[in-house]
Amino acid sequence: MNASGPQESAQPNRLAGAGLIDRIRPLSFQFDGKRYTGFDGDTLASALLAAGVRLVGRSFKYHRPRGILTAGSEEPNALVELRSGSRREANTRATVVELFEGLEARSQNRWPSLALDVGAVNSLFAPIFVAGFYYKTFMWPAVLWEKLYEPVIRRAAGLGRASTEADPDTYEKAYAFCDVLIIGAGPAGLAAALSTARSGARVILCDEDFLLGGRLNGERYEIDGVSGPAWTRQVEAELRASPETRILRRTTVFGVYDGGMSGTHTFAALQRVSDHLAIPPAHQPRQRLWRIIAQRTVLAAGALERPIVFGGNDRPGVMMASAVRTYVNRFGVIPGRHAALFTTSDDGWKTAFDLAAAGVRLAAIIDARSVVAPVLTEEAKRLDTRVFCGAQVVDAHGSRALERITVREDAGRLSQLQIDTLAVSGGWNPNVALCTHLGGRPRWSDAIAAFVPGDVPRGMAVVGAAAGSFSLKDALREGAAAGAAAAEATGFKSVKHREPRVTDELTAVVPLWCVSESKTKAFVDFQHDVTREDVALAAREGFSSVELLKRYTTLGMATDQGKTSSLNGHAIMAALTERAIPELGTTTSRPPYTPVALAAFAGVHRGKHFKPTRLTSGHAWAEGRGATFMESGEWLRAQWFAAPGETDWLTIITREVRAVRSGVGVCDVSTLGKIDIQGEDAAAFLDRVYINLFSTLPIGKVRYGLMLREDGLVLDDGTSARLAPQQYLMSTTTANAAKVMRHLEHARQVLWPELDVQIVSVTEQWAQYAIAGPNARRLLERLLGDAIDVSNAAFPYLACAEFSWRGVTARLFRISFSGELAYELAVPARYGDAAIRAIMSAGEDFGITPYGIEALGAMRIEKGHVTGNELNGTTTAADLGLGRMMSKKKDFIGRVLARRAGLADANRAALVGIKPTDKSARLYAGAHFLTLGAEVSLQNDQGYVTSVAFSPMLGHWIGLGLLVRGQERLGERIRAHSPIRGGDVDVEVVASVFFDPEGARLQS
Amino acid sequence: MLLIECPFCGARPELEFVYGGEAHIARPAADADLTPGQWAAYLYARSNTRGVHAERWRHTRGCGRFFNALRDTTTDQFIATYEIGQARPPSVPAQKIP
Repeated sequence: MNASGPQESAQPNRLAGAGLIDRIRPLSFQFDGKRYTGFDGDTLASALLAAGVRLVGRSFKYHRPRGILTAGSEEPNALVELRSGSRREANTRATVVELFEGLEARSQNRWPSLALDVGAVNSLFAPIFVAGFYYKTFMWPAVLWEKLYEPVIRRAAGLGRASTEADPDTYEKAYAFCDVLIIGAGPAGLAAALSTARSGARVILCDEDFLLGGRLNGERYEIDGVSGPAWTRQVEAELRASPETRILRRTTVFGVYDGGMSGTHTFAALQRVSDHLAIPPAHQPRQRLWRIIAQRTVLAAGALERPIVFGGNDRPGVMMASAVRTYVNRFGVIPGRHAALFTTSDDGWKTAFDLAAAGVRLAAIIDARSVVAPVLTEEAKRLDTRVFCGAQVVDAHGSRALERITVREDAGRLSQLQIDTLAVSGGWNPNVALCTHLGGRPRWSDAIAAFVPGDVPRGMAVVGAAAGSFSLKDALREGAAAGAAAAEATGFKSVKHREPRVTDELTAVVPLWCVSESKTKAFVDFQHDVTREDVALAAREGFSSVELLKRYTTLGMATDQGKTSSLNGHAIMAALTERAIPELGTTTSRPPYTPVALAAFAGVHRGKHFKPTRLTSGHAWAEGRGATFMESGEWLRAQWFAAPGETDWLTIITREVRAVRSGVGVCDVSTLGKIDIQGEDAAAFLDRVYINLFSTLPIGKVRYGLMLREDGLVLDDGTSARLAPQQYLMSTTTANAAKVMRHLEHARQVLWPELDVQIVSVTEQWAQYAIAGPNARRLLERLLGDAIDVSNAAFPYLACAEFSWRGVTARLFRISFSGELAYELAVPARYGDAAIRAIMSAGEDFGITPYGIEALGAMRIEKGHVTGNELNGTTTAADLGLGRMMSKKKDFIGRVLARRAGLADANRAALVGIKPTDKSARLYAGAHFLTLGAEVSLQNDQGYVTSVAFSPMLGHWIGLGLLVRGQERLGERIRAHSPIRGGDVDVEVVASVFFDPEGARLQS
Repeated sequence: MLLIECPFCGARPELEFVYGGEAHIARPAADADLTPGQWAAYLYARSNTRGVHAERWRHTRGCGRFFNALRDTTTDQFIATYEIGQARPPSVPAQKIP
């Protein structure tokens, strides 16, 4: 149960009857731990104002008390922490947060409390917190940066606190295509949507607000004899009934991106699907990131009212004049009881009249202009309101909120007014951000004293206030015309319709950027606490271009990106340096228009969903055997298979290696790349991509091959089997499978399109198991029976065959990575699980041992086989001891450049084996080689260790490495030094093959 | 997002394509007697055109085929796409899209 007292006391500033809120649906919420009540249809800002809360935050640098300045997404002051726990979000603008039952918000940047903030003492030291103070103050001594300055600055500078817990919500991405995208659903956008929708074109209408209507909700307009909101509801009903029209509310179009030809562009938009609810409904994302591809665009993004720079203009209670109207008309909230208006435009006067209509008589209207249209002053007189023309508000005073202003009257006399609310109107800046994302520059308009769209993206029409046309009549007319034109341009016939009847308005403005006589701090950028003095300092110190001004003072660099501040800052700089504003220019606006959560860009691609996890068809079997898996590229591969009681990895792989070398083992090698190569010219093609010959390979045989990049360095290695005269099956390393496929596609399609050769990756189509060890043949005889003769005579080393086994096509290759008598048996992937279980059962009597890639790695190092560590993009065939494989009878990729001086240099590092002099010493990969006694320095570097393993067969650590002139240094003792991992070991240089160098075992 | 006209599949979103470097760079013949400088030029020297540039693209997440395209590097506008082996079409100067 909430709000037990009378409504008046709970919401003292709520007007009776008025507004677009649902008074039969009260909502309770908390701000800084205190309970309040608002209504459905409120924003957090309007509910706080209704409750009489004026102080909502502390500023970034000076910790000044701040209130609510605007009623829209441009809000620089009213930033709060929203929600709690894992959903806690920093820097949310109270002006766009929709109220929901149970909402929790906290003020930011204050300690210990909002009312009493210790950091406000910064104001007393204001002289040192001027522009560029980080650069000037924390220069020296440098050692204090890490220890003192940075931590202090980081603590002081944080606006809000992000949650440190994982985000429990989901985010998704969506695509949409339309003929016409309409950005903004104010009067101009609604008129455009109507005329486009009536033509039958596919329309998407986006608005960041949760209500359509834009300024129609905040003003007291009449269109065709009905109120603005009523007219909006009529239009919305018609649009909803139009089958090709999609309305996206709560959706901010925040960026314009490349399109194709003829005006099509891609727009990025963020839809806040569930932000207006406590938690997203089941199966609904919190936010949705749209990519909208539109042939034509109507930009009806409206305009932003600009503040005037005067002393104390940041006091809570100083508010944009249009925002005051929005709170009164849309939310039925009066921001204060004693209000005044400070304006330089006709538009601002509406605030006085709207407040009067709501029963609030203004203390004064202060217009900086000496001459004001009589129709305005007469109306003020009728309302019995004091008017000061040619006057200015010099300073606003008050401790935690506005209490008093000093007015300089026309004649120069200063007077004081006791007020709690000051509505300010400095004119309007068209919202040109989306016109400039593709590089277009805005153009200066003297008529409205603001930038208007200049070069706009092709296919985009800008209408209404966004184009600098500030009257309702112009907005409706321009919107309708642009909508019709966009429909015609996309091949639809537009329907002529009657122009709505509206009253005329006055829109004159004479800019007043800054009140020069202010005695107190006058803020230009509220969110970053940039004052008029900071801009003046930048001017004095020569940082007078807009880009330097921005970076030196941080003007416009806050989360609001200078929406309310940039032009004021530039105008002040222009005046100080005696230049015209268009001459000074403006900074470039870039996406996103308003802040977008990183999670929205990530969408569903986070954690394990960032990339696919590939599982071999034997995965479930390996899991059942208790395998420990590791990632190898995208694949999960068994690292080892721990037996019951085994905990030490070295114990496990030592057992696995010994079992293979003494009996038989099996390893899943399905992840190696497999490429089927077929065609008339398949043999010629392989000759060109491998350094050695494959056209001479007999059918039914396998050969080891090495391929180079065109620059002469090694790309990858592997075996290729000739299955038929015009069919080869190439294998690649797991890591390089995709890279090799790309390389071959490029060679086939681009280098030699004349060759008749087709290639296809079959990595995932085949499951493949290595069966290795002295008992491998006996196991296969039992497993395959009559399907194939695996005797040494019929199926010698490097034989291959395709055959039918139990009604399934199978392939057998007699190849060995372990150095044992070994075979690789391949079956179609869907039989992979059955095959591994069949292998295990046939091997039971032989004590078959499954082994993982750690044991495989140890065995390949014992055999001196190279893998990714050695094929690391810096080695040549000769470096790896494979130089003699390079055929002299043919051309191949990399042939010429492998011979260039740098790669043929005899001083290059070459592959060697190493073993520690002290057999108990451990070796570390990455250790660098040094001549014994040489000083540890880069100049003395002799190469490095690429791979190490504990050799179960030799009983000590062994390694492979690349050593300068390594092949000439066999027998030499050198030092393997690894300062990072702590190893510093004397080693002996040996041949790279440690075990069975004659290869007797694999031939047996 | 750009739509790119694959000569084999038609207009498809750019996400399906991968850039493949400058087009019309022929690999030297096996018997060509090139200086190291000429080889270096073949491998590394690229025109870095400002304006209409002939380049390779691959419809990697589509048909997998390489093709050539004329693209204006100042506007990102695709002017033409054509099959590998075909001659470069005339470079109509691209209209400026701001």
